[in-house]
Amino acid sequence: MKSNTSILQKKTGADTVQRLMAFGALIILFVVFSFASPYFFTFSNVIGILVSTAVNGLLAIGVTFIIISGGIDLSVGTVMTLSSVMAAVTVRNLGMPNVVGVLAAILTGTLAGVINGVMVSKLKLPPFIATLGMLNVARGLSLVITDLSPIYFPLETGWNRIAMGSVLGAIIPGFDIPNGVLIMFGSALLAGLILSKTVIGRYAFAIGSNEEAARLSGLNIVLWKTAIYGVGGLFVGIAGVIIAARLNSAQPALGLGYELDAIAAAVIGGVSLSGGEGNILGTIIGAFIISTLTNGLRILSVPQEWQIVVTGLIILSAVYLDIIRKKASAN
Amino acid sequence: MNDALVLMEGIDKRFPGVQALKDCQFNLRRGEVHALVGENGAGKSTLMKLLAGIYPVDSGTIIFKGEEVTIPNPHTAQTMGISMVHQELNLMSHLTAAQNIFIGREPIKRLLLDENTQNKKTKEIFDLMNLNQDPTMKVGKMTVAKQQMVEIAKALSFNADVLIFDEPSGALTDVETAELFRIIRQLKAEGTGIIYITHRMEELKEISDRITVLRDGLYVDTVNTQETSIDQIINMMVGRVIYGSSPEIPEERSQEIVLEVKNLSRGNELKDVSFQLMKGEILGFAGLIGAGRTETARAIFGADPFDSGEVYINGELVHIKLPSDAVAHDIAYLSEDRKRYGLCLSLDLKTNIVLPIYQKLSSVIGWVKDKQAYMISKDIVERLSIRTPSLEQKAKNLSGGNQQKVVVGKWLAKDADILIFDEPTRGIDVGAKQEIYTLLNELASQGKSIIMISSELPEIIRMSHRVIVMCEGRITGNLDYSEATQENIMKFATMRNGGNAIKSAQR
Repeated sequence: MKSNTSILQKKTGADTVQRLMAFGALIILFVVFSFASPYFFTFSNVIGILVSTAVNGLLAIGVTFIIISGGIDLSVGTVMTLSSVMAAVTVRNLGMPNVVGVLAAILTGTLAGVINGVMVSKLKLPPFIATLGMLNVARGLSLVITDLSPIYFPLETGWNRIAMGSVLGAIIPGFDIPNGVLIMFGSALLAGLILSKTVIGRYAFAIGSNEEAARLSGLNIVLWKTAIYGVGGLFVGIAGVIIAARLNSAQPALGLGYELDAIAAAVIGGVSLSGGEGNILGTIIGAFIISTLTNGLRILSVPQEWQIVVTGLIILSAVYLDIIRKKASAN
Repeated sequence: MNDALVLMEGIDKRFPGVQALKDCQFNLRRGEVHALVGENGAGKSTLMKLLAGIYPVDSGTIIFKGEEVTIPNPHTAQTMGISMVHQELNLMSHLTAAQNIFIGREPIKRLLLDENTQNKKTKEIFDLMNLNQDPTMKVGKMTVAKQQMVEIAKALSFNADVLIFDEPSGALTDVETAELFRIIRQLKAEGTGIIYITHRMEELKEISDRITVLRDGLYVDTVNTQETSIDQIINMMVGRVIYGSSPEIPEERSQEIVLEVKNLSRGNELKDVSFQLMKGEILGFAGLIGAGRTETARAIFGADPFDSGEVYINGELVHIKLPSDAVAHDIAYLSEDRKRYGLCLSLDLKTNIVLPIYQKLSSVIGWVKDKQAYMISKDIVERLSIRTPSLEQKAKNLSGGNQQKVVVGKWLAKDADILIFDEPTRGIDVGAKQEIYTLLNELASQGKSIIMISSELPEIIRMSHRVIVMCEGRITGNLDYSEATQENIMKFATMRNGGNAIKSAQR
């Protein structure tokens, strides 16, 4: 019995070590790029990486909740766009203050998530199909609402400053980390707490691990799945605010392809596509790996089309490593 | 012995957390039917899966036709001439019968699949089996019994020297079973060695020449069928430990009805099921596989819908549409398939135990009180003496017995009043079984009301205060513990409602 115990404990230890692998990969990327180019490890470039991670990071957080519960969300990219459109309409067309615009975006994202959740849990549509439908609905609505052309925020609203201004820089001079980055980290913290400390997070793991067992334990699956998709949508709504602020506009044609980067970030960060496993820290690291890679390759003047190829290979190796890890821990 | 076909010796097999087989032996001669019996979890299927190349052997030797062999995969086994009919159906429901039978070795003509030849060959096998079945019918459209016959046809199509049947008659009607036996006798006369795993004692005498008994992964004995009585075999299977004792009946039996089910019906599966469960009672549900016991339990629990009928709890009519409704009424259902329906395997023990009460353990905004959850699960682990290195241990790394205790612990944490146990000791070893029995008795004496579904008669007889017997979706017997003998229960369990029921089941 005693020897048995120590083996099991060793296994748990090995598991944690494996989870650090994504972080290790990120460090290695940083070191390699720093040696390869003097322009990489500079304050402004690192800030650039952080800013470019913000949107994908937020989408990846949203999708993490859904994948952990055993689902998938393909609609995060275009729902983000619809959220930014709703913010722009509220602020510019209706002349409302920025706060209302932010709420409109978050509400749009959450609502789309709730609708996805109802389709998946109540109507029993496969998540892939339900969210593929939502992808198109949201995309079409964005185009309809904007009449195909971008909506720009008037400069005097200061919408742009939501993401690109720096509250921190005003307090600590020289420390000009843009708000968008802080919002991402704040959201990640919030998401991490929801996932690990609240009932909704616990149930996401339970449903993703074994939905039938969770149902037979008396969980109201329809209610909780809807809530989980709703929470995911909330972070997608926040992403909508950030992207609208970065571009100082709502771009209705934007959004396709973002969902794949978000899913990739989650998967690289160790979220299991079969559900029941994953954490927010991993997802954020995954998002950083993608944007660091893109940034570094660009600095090294690798053509953009090759950057895409490399990203693809990284995703494949991340998933393959995950499979090897699982096999090792099963034996 | 020159007619020895298979000789297995010193066979060991471990699965994570379980020693499935230890120093087992088995031998098979040409032209004999060798039955392999034992309780659930005794290791029968595992032993045969080693022979069929589905699992690798940990240690021990397999001698096939006089030569020592290793059988790395099912394909090798099939080419060697060993073919197995599995207990679970392994057919692809979207393919036709013929496509299923010839999967992986389809006849090819001019680079294209030759469906005609395939269908013709399949028809020939079906004819041999006296089976009236169109080879081009999709398997998913067939009854379970017909699917089982297709599975058997597939095994026959290999022209194997060794044929293994793993509880083939479970899904078959009497007519088809008789047909199966006819085929087996014919194959035997042709010199094929046949291994027949079964739970049905009455089949042993009818079909087998020799019987090997396994118990808890250990070899017990091999006997000639003609020289042995069924009682002797049952004794070898269960050991004396379990057989001797009788139920712990409280001195004063409560007459308070906690659960009453009236005329529960659903299609052909449940027909007018009515019974009462008293406070502090262990009510055994006996019957053959497919008698409708699990279906009754799941219907009461809200896991599956029913067409008509009423459920009363403490005298009040309740409407249970979902498992969450049942849990709200303090009913718990513990499925026989713990891994599929009982546990979140990739989550830790603590989370599994408090899963039904998380909402109670959280503040208004949904913040989980982890310390409280920890204390509750720690208490449960100690109470049930669950053997685990820590509360953070993932459920999948526990042994079968401990997993079962975790599921029980979950409902203790919820403090459920009515507990429905579906095959509570399936697949767990004797020591853990004993603990589960003690636990059931304790729960009953604390005033919990228990329904225990079990296919193991000794278990039913040993534990139940009363026994309900089901057959083909209806209740055929309601016996007090003093009347609950093996013979009595079997009589009611096979009390079929004439040919009518069989026909409707086939449709």
